[in-house]
Amino acid sequence: MPVITYRQALNDALAEELERDESVFLMGEEVAEYNGAYKITEGLWKRFGDKRVIDTPISEAGFIGLGVGAAMMGLRPVMELMFWSFAYVAYDQIINNAGCVRYMSGGLINCPLVIRGPANGGTNVGATHSHTPENFLANTPGLKVVCPATPADAKGLMKAAIRDNDPVCVMENTLLYGDQGEVPEGDYVIPIGVADVKREGTDVSLIAHGRAVLTCLAAAHRLHEEFNISAEVVDLRSIRPLDEETVLDSVRKTHRAVLVDENKPFCGVSAQIATMIQEKAFDDLDAPVQRVCSLDAPAIYSPPLEIQQLPTADRIIQKVLAVCS
Amino acid sequence: MSVTRAEKPKKTGKSPVDYAKAPINADLTPKQKLGFLADMLRIRRFEQASLKLYQQGKMGGFLHLYIGQESVAVGTLALMGENDHAITAYRDHGHALVVGMSMNECMAELLGKATGCSKGKGGSMHFFAPDKNFWGGHGIVAGQTPLGLGIAFALKYKGLKGCCLTYLGDGAVNQGVFHESLNIAALWDIPVVYIIENNQYSMGTSLARSSAIKSCLAERATGYDMDWDIVNGENLYEVRAKTWDAMQRAHEKCRPAILEIDTYRYYGHSVADANAKKYRKPEEIEFYKQNHDPINLWENRLKEEGIADEAVIKKLDDAAKKEAAAAVQFAEDSPFPELESIFDDIYYEVDMGTESGQTGRHFFND
Ligand SMILES: Cc1ncc(C[n+]2csc(CCOP(=O)(O)OP(=O)(O)O)c2C)c(N)n1
Ligand SMILES: [Mg+2]
Repeated sequence: MPVITYRQALNDALAEELERDESVFLMGEEVAEYNGAYKITEGLWKRFGDKRVIDTPISEAGFIGLGVGAAMMGLRPVMELMFWSFAYVAYDQIINNAGCVRYMSGGLINCPLVIRGPANGGTNVGATHSHTPENFLANTPGLKVVCPATPADAKGLMKAAIRDNDPVCVMENTLLYGDQGEVPEGDYVIPIGVADVKREGTDVSLIAHGRAVLTCLAAAHRLHEEFNISAEVVDLRSIRPLDEETVLDSVRKTHRAVLVDENKPFCGVSAQIATMIQEKAFDDLDAPVQRVCSLDAPAIYSPPLEIQQLPTADRIIQKVLAVCS
Repeated sequence: MSVTRAEKPKKTGKSPVDYAKAPINADLTPKQKLGFLADMLRIRRFEQASLKLYQQGKMGGFLHLYIGQESVAVGTLALMGENDHAITAYRDHGHALVVGMSMNECMAELLGKATGCSKGKGGSMHFFAPDKNFWGGHGIVAGQTPLGLGIAFALKYKGLKGCCLTYLGDGAVNQGVFHESLNIAALWDIPVVYIIENNQYSMGTSLARSSAIKSCLAERATGYDMDWDIVNGENLYEVRAKTWDAMQRAHEKCRPAILEIDTYRYYGHSVADANAKKYRKPEEIEFYKQNHDPINLWENRLKEEGIADEAVIKKLDDAAKKEAAAAVQFAEDSPFPELESIFDDIYYEVDMGTESGQTGRHFFND
């Protein structure tokens, strides 16, 4: 299997879908001539031309709204937000229009729209550029949200998102764009709503999404080496729809859960997972469910502190030791 | 540097130009002209019937009446061809009826019934009929303006010769997303025609209290290198002629435009508008009813042209009343939606029972 970057995996997914379906087009700030602010769309404008890969003015509300309208007409727009943090100026279009138009029309309309871009802290760009709004978006029935952690998942989930007939928010991560990994060749599609056990274990379940999955894998490695604790790592991959069974199966096996989340703790994704575990697997638990989230403040700039604000392997290990003792 | 701004022509009741002779109007048959009257009457009678239901407490939420503005919807939407589309805000009953939605489905939607156009899920502000190229019915002020842009973008993308008539109010022009949409429309040559229905008020705020330039709203188009025009909304011929010009430009050159159509609403912002009589004088409303009522003016015009007399008008009006009464009956007799249906129509994939729709948990009830 070829080893490629997360960035290349996304680029391949976009290119393959542009090739496959005339109704797919890419739109966003700097996606065409500049090749993308983070080079995700590199080469696509040259290959597919002005009609299919389109640079926009800096008007997120305007162009995301345009995408919703075009999707209602049966096109499959893939809209890039340079940062998901900028979604907040287009929030009305995402929530009220993409998220609700099917419902308000009694099912007469559907909106096959993809909105994608990075949603992460950890790059020293301060609070305005470090938001992780997957919890806000997943709070809206009508929207779907996926958070790929690996190159393979990035490709498979992006292709699934483009083919899906509902609006899908794809939350990427600038810190992962350069990561390498094996990615199956050809038409590789991962169904939305299927979690993935990234490491098997027996003593505790670490449940995460996005880059936190990699932090969990690092923690699991050290737990094994230094403490002889076998941690299982469950990658949610999709926030809504949610693969509850894979999470519950893991908890029923290990009887302990530590939820790791780059979201802020208050009503973060992990809060939903915690409530689900206590509702459905309470009797299987040998210890209270624990969480490791971003420290509950706006994203700090100061580089050494920002590292500590996000979940770290050390913090995960401490929580695991507390529940495994 | 000083610039001269357009002065809006004063309302005279009669246009200086005879728009009846415009090409789009010259060949109208008496039947078509009576059809416009019938549609305006249908809107008015439908809404009067709905007002009664509202006052009887049979409706929830808001009811934004279009009464007084009928000539705008009828004058513009009747021009739509196969590839022309329309989208508007929450004051949407008139548009819905003109594009061909039935009074029954609309009235039932107002009562929240399962037989409503949105199965009782949208309510008064959210009527849709994509099969009739009508994309709603939107409750967020100006939220529909980029959607209209996107619909028009899709037409151009698909190589279809059409446009999207995108309606908004005089208050909505001050929303940022509208300006983003104007810029993109002009920059990319998108065939969208923005129609400002200037009824002089946004809720209780007069135009003078909401827009820096008070003489003209459409002129903002010049900031985006876009064509614009102002239209006397009480003159159906003028509405048709100027809208058709804009639509032609969109069809032939993909150029967008803004039309500002002067009009007036008789009722409060919504029926629940507690201040309806405070921000404007009852005499003002009376003045418009007496002198600028679009239905009266059109009736007079048809009489002058020898197309209609009182008897003909009464027949059309009776038919509209009868249709509205039947719609009330239909709505009242219809069932409310079943509680289980609350989870339908959220995700296409779930509704269709596709593999995607059956993968993972989509709803998180306890
Ligand atoms: C974003 C947003 N802000 C405020 C409102 C509340 N609101 C509904 S209609 C309205 C007035 C709009 O007036 P106008 O655009 O002139 O349209 P009209 O009601 O006259 O048709 C307001 C303030 C809203 N629905 N959406
Ligand atoms: Mg108004």
